Amino acid sequence: MQSSRESTDLGPGLEAAGTRRRGFLSRIAAVVVGSLVALVPMAAGLLTFFDPLRSRAKGGGDGRSNRGRLVRVAPLDALSADGVPRQFQVIADRFDAWNRFPDESIGVVYLRRVPGSDEVQAFNATCPHLGCFVSFKADRGMYQCPCHESAFKIDGAMIHPTPSPRDLDELETKVKDNAVWVWYQDFYTGKEQKKPKT
Amino acid sequence: MKAVLNWLDHRTGIRAVLHSALYEHIPGGARWRYVWGSTLVFAFVVQLVTGVFLWMAYSPSGHTAWESVYYIQNEMQGGWLLRGLHHFMAQAMVILLAFHLMQVVIDGAYRAPREVNFLLGLILMQIVLGLSLTGYLLPWDQKGYWATRVATNLMGLVPVVGTQLQKLVVGGADYGHHTLTRFFALHAGVLPGLLIGFLVLHLAIFRRHGIHAPDPHRRPDTTFWPDQILKDSVACLAVLAVVLFVVVRLGADLGAPADPSHEYSAARPEWYFLFLFQFLKLFEGGGETGELIGGIVVPFLVLLALFAMPWVGRWKLGHRFNVGLLLCLLAGIGVLTAQALYADNRAQWAGKPSTTADKDSPEVKRYEASSGYLRARHHAELEAKRVLELIENNKGIPAGGALTLLRDDPKTQGPRLFARWCASCHLHDDSPEIFGQPSAPDLTGFGTRKWIAGLVDPKQVDGPHYFGNTSHNGENGGQMVEFIKTTMPELEPADVAQAVAALSAQAQLVSQHDMDKIDAAMIQEGIEQIELLGCIDCHKFRGLGDLGTAPDLTGYASREWLLGMISNPAHERFYGDNNDRMPAFAANPDDPRSNILSPKDLELLVDWLRGEWYRPPRAKR
Repeated sequence: MQSSRESTDLGPGLEAAGTRRRGFLSRIAAVVVGSLVALVPMAAGLLTFFDPLRSRAKGGGDGRSNRGRLVRVAPLDALSADGVPRQFQVIADRFDAWNRFPDESIGVVYLRRVPGSDEVQAFNATCPHLGCFVSFKADRGMYQCPCHESAFKIDGAMIHPTPSPRDLDELETKVKDNAVWVWYQDFYTGKEQKKPKT
Repeated sequence: MKAVLNWLDHRTGIRAVLHSALYEHIPGGARWRYVWGSTLVFAFVVQLVTGVFLWMAYSPSGHTAWESVYYIQNEMQGGWLLRGLHHFMAQAMVILLAFHLMQVVIDGAYRAPREVNFLLGLILMQIVLGLSLTGYLLPWDQKGYWATRVATNLMGLVPVVGTQLQKLVVGGADYGHHTLTRFFALHAGVLPGLLIGFLVLHLAIFRRHGIHAPDPHRRPDTTFWPDQILKDSVACLAVLAVVLFVVVRLGADLGAPADPSHEYSAARPEWYFLFLFQFLKLFEGGGETGELIGGIVVPFLVLLALFAMPWVGRWKLGHRFNVGLLLCLLAGIGVLTAQALYADNRAQWAGKPSTTADKDSPEVKRYEASSGYLRARHHAELEAKRVLELIENNKGIPAGGALTLLRDDPKTQGPRLFARWCASCHLHDDSPEIFGQPSAPDLTGFGTRKWIAGLVDPKQVDGPHYFGNTSHNGENGGQMVEFIKTTMPELEPADVAQAVAALSAQAQLVSQHDMDKIDAAMIQEGIEQIELLGCIDCHKFRGLGDLGTAPDLTGYASREWLLGMISNPAHERFYGDNNDRMPAFAANPDDPRSNILSPKDLELLVDWLRGEWYRPPRAKR
């Protein structure tokens, strides 16, 4: 608007064309400079804001992740032979931003000995629906979530109908020197696929 | 004065501003139905003022958030009032929002040319709800923590960018310091900033179009000042009075500090989000898609329908449709909220299902879910009280946070450890979990005179509370059962009572401290009775008798005795080869990592069994 009025005032001619060009350049320059000064602090802010998205080495390779770690959880003797699961805290160094807490709980798992074998099953106690902790109901022989009533069989399989999109998250285990080791991981909830949190 | 005003007006134009602010034209006169917007502005100002003062005392980090809120609530002068106002005004705001929206929609105030302002209002509503959601986490108590876990996990369901979005909001994959710093920045910076910005626009546009009077000829026109302002102020006063009443009556509650390692079975969102929580239950069995539809798509569509109201309203029946839609939505929210409340409270409202009911019937399951929730809520309340006692005892909170106090507290940890490790065989009145048929003695009051008197009672010794379900029962020829049943009836009851008191005194229980002191002479005689009555034929007691056949009675049920017994019941000092199925929980003192129970857990469990925990002075027995 402004420029067309200017040009009519001045009338056609070289001088007017020059002014128009200058006006155009000024506007471009103003926008560029203005954006630049506004963007630099914003960009610095966003850069830091997006820090959580930075992909850390898989499996806690940078040594500062709470998951993707093989943790000794319990002696094998702590599991009853009849296959009834027990809840265990996964104790390891816990990281929270700038803090390292030696030997704290980084998660909760259920361990059970598969009856008639030496195999140990481990389940992350986090409900795959929306992340509350399931508890094992011994009288019913199943895990139940207190939030939206998801239920799972003793081997972690969903009991239908259930709001949970998948079975309880099973974790890899290893029995070594009479101790149960668990590869501890958390998974994103609400998805049909088990996607580990990193 | 006038000269000063003139001077100021000349330079600022303040008179015109004031005039246009105060003498807004109101066709049809001042009305009560116009007050909702003003009460909302008032509520927001209250939040701003109380929020800034709370800010001065709040410290967002995993180790200080709960602690600083505790300090505001319980230690700072007037802190309960400040926090109470902020807490309940936030809830009042949600109610006022609903009224304001209803008034605008029913009056058709969204119609041209006020469409943009309607949209701004809906955006403001989102911001207010965002403030509620972020504020709920900040005290970092169990309920805020777990509810926020659910809310942020819902965010992860957003297609494509869900997990990234969740990480950005949570400040990483885990909930911790950065969840708090981010939520706090949103709650105290970004969202209020946006709210102020949109509110300015909302009010400016409101002023531009003037008030929407559904009935402009009902009374003579008036101006904002003083008629409408009076009505608005009275309405604000009423809001404040109600909020103050609730603050004084209920007070803002603060649960126990967030514990990511302990399940919280009473996690629920704030009441005005309960309908969403309940709505999700309708999508049972829908899998990821159902979840996405219930948690994201439907709420989004509902919002879209609200945003479309000004355009829908242009159709012939559009306005009626809009009013109908809003009323249906509110009714739906009401029904879902009631359903959620009923589902949680049915155990106390509807009573127990008949004992003949099928264990797998929905009714029994619902009853169990409800009683589980109520139990969890009760425990949460007890824990919230307990942490205050522990802080008092500790004369403050350690640098590691209030959670460390709870983690070191036998009264808190004992029942959990018992439920995890002992309740599959033993009973205990104070342990929340009961797992079917007990196969070992009831440990309620273990070592007390009452407990030992029951043990030596011929009627009880072979019952379910003592040896009845063990391999030492009468059926299996248990020697103790046989001894009690055959010998006890022949003994002098007074002698037995002395022996019971003496044996119980070995435990040195806090609960019997005074009694043991008074009965010192009787206990002394009882010690002799233990030897005379024949106990030492099988048991060792103070240098007499031998180990290997039955548990040592020296220091029976004392702290040291129990630590040893639980560590390794098959030790010759306890049951030796006669041990019945009880596992050794800490058989290797030199290698604690190979034990089932850590030394600390073992001590917590023993102290709890013996009733040794801090009691505030007024509750001291």
